[in-house]
Amino acid sequence: MAENTNSSNSHLDYHKQKKKDEMKQQVITFALMIIFTIIAFGMVTSGLDKLFVVPILLLLAVVQVGFQLYYFMHMSHKGHELPSLMMYGGAAVAFLTVLTMVVLVWW
Amino acid sequence: MSDEHTLNPEIMPEEPEKATLEGRNKFLGFWFFLGGETVLFASLFGTYLALKGSNNGGPTADELFGLELVFIMTMLLLTSSLTSVYAIYHMKNNDFKKMQLWLGITVILGLAFLGCELYEFTEYILHEDFTFRSSAFGSAFYTLVGFHGGHVLFGLLWIVTLMARNAKRGLNLYNAPKFYVASLYWHFIDVVWVFIFTVVYLMGVI
Amino acid sequence: MSSTIAQKRGFASTLWDYLTTVDHKKIGIMYLIAGGFFFLVGGLEAMAIRWQLVRPENDFVSAGFYNELLTMHGTTMIFLAAMPLIFALMNAVVPLQIGARDVAFPFLNSLGFWLFLFGGVLLNCSWFLGGAPDAGWTAYAPLSTTSPGHGVDFYVLGLQISGAGTLIGGINFLVTIVNMRAPGMTYMRMPLFTWTAFVTSALILFAFPALTVGLFLLMFDRMFGSGFFDAGMGGNSVIWEHLFWIFGHPEVYILILPAFGVFSDVFSTFSKKRLFGYTAMVFATVLIGFLGFMVWAHHMFTVGLGPAANSIFAVATMAIAVPTGIKIFNWLFTLWGGNIKINSAMLWALGFIPSFTIGGMTGVMLAAAAADYQFHDTYFVVAHFHYVIVGGVVFGIFSGLHYWWPKMFGKILNEGLGKFTFWTFFIGFHLTFFIQHFLGLMGMPRRYWIYLENQGLDTGNAVSTAGAFLMAIGTIVFLYNVIITSVKGEKVSGDPWDGRTLEWSIPSPPPHYNFRQTPLVRGLDPLWIEKSEGRKGMTPAEPLGDIHMPNSSILPFVMSLGLFIASFGFIYQTSDKSWLSLVFIGMGILLGCMFIRSVKDDHGYHIHKEDLDKEAGL
Repeated sequence: MAENTNSSNSHLDYHKQKKKDEMKQQVITFALMIIFTIIAFGMVTSGLDKLFVVPILLLLAVVQVGFQLYYFMHMSHKGHELPSLMMYGGAAVAFLTVLTMVVLVWW
Repeated sequence: MSDEHTLNPEIMPEEPEKATLEGRNKFLGFWFFLGGETVLFASLFGTYLALKGSNNGGPTADELFGLELVFIMTMLLLTSSLTSVYAIYHMKNNDFKKMQLWLGITVILGLAFLGCELYEFTEYILHEDFTFRSSAFGSAFYTLVGFHGGHVLFGLLWIVTLMARNAKRGLNLYNAPKFYVASLYWHFIDVVWVFIFTVVYLMGVI
Repeated sequence: MSSTIAQKRGFASTLWDYLTTVDHKKIGIMYLIAGGFFFLVGGLEAMAIRWQLVRPENDFVSAGFYNELLTMHGTTMIFLAAMPLIFALMNAVVPLQIGARDVAFPFLNSLGFWLFLFGGVLLNCSWFLGGAPDAGWTAYAPLSTTSPGHGVDFYVLGLQISGAGTLIGGINFLVTIVNMRAPGMTYMRMPLFTWTAFVTSALILFAFPALTVGLFLLMFDRMFGSGFFDAGMGGNSVIWEHLFWIFGHPEVYILILPAFGVFSDVFSTFSKKRLFGYTAMVFATVLIGFLGFMVWAHHMFTVGLGPAANSIFAVATMAIAVPTGIKIFNWLFTLWGGNIKINSAMLWALGFIPSFTIGGMTGVMLAAAAADYQFHDTYFVVAHFHYVIVGGVVFGIFSGLHYWWPKMFGKILNEGLGKFTFWTFFIGFHLTFFIQHFLGLMGMPRRYWIYLENQGLDTGNAVSTAGAFLMAIGTIVFLYNVIITSVKGEKVSGDPWDGRTLEWSIPSPPPHYNFRQTPLVRGLDPLWIEKSEGRKGMTPAEPLGDIHMPNSSILPFVMSLGLFIASFGFIYQTSDKSWLSLVFIGMGILLGCMFIRSVKDDHGYHIHKEDLDKEAGL
C-alpha cells in the first residue's frame, strides 16, 4: 500500500515536471510567434518589394498557425489523429476555395 | 448518486477533459466542428480576396488601414492565446483558482481586442465614409472581420458563463471538457486572426 | 421528470415524448415522417410541372407560378425530402450496426432534427405569404438578388436553418462512429452502410459551411444592402455560383453514398454472401468522397472559366466513374453465385443497378466540357440528374425502408404491395425520364413553362407526363402499404431476414437502450459469424449492469422555434423596421436556451440492472 502511494506520488511528480517542461516550451513558442509577427509588420512598413514580401508574409502566417495548432492546441500530442485528419481535410477544402476565388473569378 | 463520486475523483486523472465518454465525445466533436469552421472562414476569405479591389470609388485598402491599431490588436489576441494555455495548464494541475485567474485575464484581453475592433469600425464609418453598403469591398471586409469579431464575442460570453457557473464548485470531470473545448475555440479564433492580419491588413497596405 | 409524464400514455404525453425525445430511434422515425411529408409535397409540385408540360402551350399554371413550382420542387426534394430520409435511415440503423446504446450527442441529434423541420416549414410558409422562391434551386445571382417579393428570403433563411441542423447531425454521426463502436468493431469490420454514413458525414462537415457563407452573403445582399453580387457596387455573381457548387456537388455525394451503403447491405443479406470486395468498396467510398470536392466547376463549364479550368474539372469528373464502376462490379459479384432471395428490398436494389448506370454514363457525357456547351440547361441535364437522384437515392431509400422497416417498427411491409409499388414506380420512372434525354438533345431547354407545337416535342412530353402518373400511383400504394402494415401487419422476430449485422441481433423494435449487454464483435458480419458457429446471438462483451441513458429535453424544439421566429423578423424588417423586434425575441429565445443548457447540469439517468432483469422476465 505504502509503496503504491509512493510510486503514484513519484508518478505525479514526474507528470508535473513534464507539464512544467511543456509549459516552458509553450512560452518559447509564444515568443517565436511574437517575433514572427514583428517581422511581418516590420517587412511591410520597410517598403521592400511586394513580390518578395507577400510570400514571406504567408509563410510566416502558416508557421504561426502551425504553432497554434500543434503546441497551443496540443495537436502534436497522442490521440489527435482524427482531429488532424479533419483539420487537414478542412484545410484542403479551404485551400481549393480560396484558390478558386483568387484565380477563377473575374470581371 | 454514483455520478457525484465518479465525476469528483480524489486524484484528477492525467487528462481530465478526456476521462469520461462525454468528454471524449465533446473533444472530438469540437475538433471536427473546427474543421468545418476552417471551410467557413476560407469561403469568407475567398470572397474578400475576390472583391478587395472593388472599392466602387470609395477608399481603397491601403488608404484605409493603419497598422498601429492592428498591431496592438494582434498582440492582445496572441497574448490571450497564451493566457488560455496557462489556464489549461492549471486545469491539468487541478488548480482551479489559478485556472479561473488566467481565464479572467484571457477575457479581459479579449474584451480589449473587441473594443479596438469597435473603435476601428466606427472610425471607418464616421470619418472615412467606408461602410458595409458603400462597395463590394466594404461588404466583404465587414463580413469577414465581423464574423471573426462575432466569434470573439461568442467566445467571451461562453468563457464567462463557464467561469460563473463553476465558480463555487470547482473543477470536476463534468466541466473539465467544457473548459478545454472553450480554450480550443479561443485558440481557433487566434488562428483566424493570424490570417486576417496577414491577408487583409498587411497584404492590403503593401 | 419526463418519464413520469410519459407513463400516462395519452396523446398529449406521446406528443410530449416525441417533442422532447433524444432517442435516436424516435428521432429517426420523426425524420421519416417529416421527410416523407416533404417528399409528397415535392411530388405534388412535380406533378403540377408535368401536367403543365403535357401539351404545347398549356395554361394549367402561370409562368410565374411555374417558376415557383420548379424552384420549390428542386429545393424541397434535395433539402427537405432526400436529406432527412437519409438521416432517418442513419438514425435508425447506424448506432445499432456499431453496437452502441446511443449516439454521441443525443441532445444535438434532436436539435439537428428540429432545426431541419423548422427550416422546412419556414421555406414552405412562403406559399401562403406572397409567393414561393422563384430563382431555381440554385438561386443564381443576380436573378435571386433581384427577385421581387419575399420568396427568395424564405429560401435563404429556410435553408440556413435546416442546413445548420444537417451540419450538427453530420458532426454527431462522425463522433458516434469514431467513439461509440462496440468492442471488436474495428473500422474495417463496420457494415458498408455505416461506412457510407461516416464518409457522408465528413462531406457534410466540409461542404455545408460553404453554403452557410453563400446564404449569408445572399441574405446580406437582399436584406441589408451589401453588394457581394451586385455588379453596380463592384460585386461579382460568379462568387455565388462557386460557393453554391462547392457545397452543391459534394451534396450530391452526401445523398448517394448512404444509398450505396443500403444496397451493399441489401445485396449481401439477400444473396447470403459476404459483400464481394469489402475493402475495395470502402476504398471506393472514401475516394468518391475525396474526388467529390474537386469537381464542382463542371456545373459551371459555360460560365467562361477558360479551357484550362474546364479541362481540369472535366478530367476530375470523369475520374469519379472509376470508383463508382468498382462499386457496380462488386455488387454484381456479390450477387454472382449467391443464394438470391428476391423481395421488395432486393427489387429496388436490382432496379438501381441499370438505372444508376445510365445516369452515370450520361454523367460522363456531361463531363466532356466541349459537349456540355450543347447539353447545358437542356432536358438532357434534367434527365441525367433524375437518373442519379431518383434511380440512386430514391431507390436506395425505398430499398432501405423495406429492409429496415421490421427493425424500426417490428412489422414487415406487405410484399405484394411492395412489389406493385416497385414495378409501377420503376416503369413510370423510366417512362418519365428516359425520353427527356432525347427532348434535351432536340433542344428543349429546362425551366421553360411552355413549348411550341410541331417542334417534335409533343409526344415526348406527353409520354413523360404519363410516366409521372405511374410514379405517383406507386408512391400512393406505398403509403397505403405503410398504413395497412401498421394496422394489420404481424409482429416479426428480431431477425426476419436471417441478417448478418448487429442490428438483427436485438429485438424489433429495439428497446430504448438498444443492447442489454454490449456485444463482442469478432469480424465482418458479426452476427453471421456467431450463427455459422452455431450460436443464437452475440456474445456479450460485458456483464449485465446499470445502463446510462441521456435525459430528454424540450430545449432543442424551443431553440429551433426561436430561430424560426427570428427568421420572420429578418425577412420583413426590409419593409418595416419594427419587425426587428421579432429578431431580438427569437435570438433571445435561442441564446436563453443555450444559456440554460450551459448552466444546468445534465448527467442523464441509469436503468438499473434489476429493472433490466424484470423486463427480460416479462
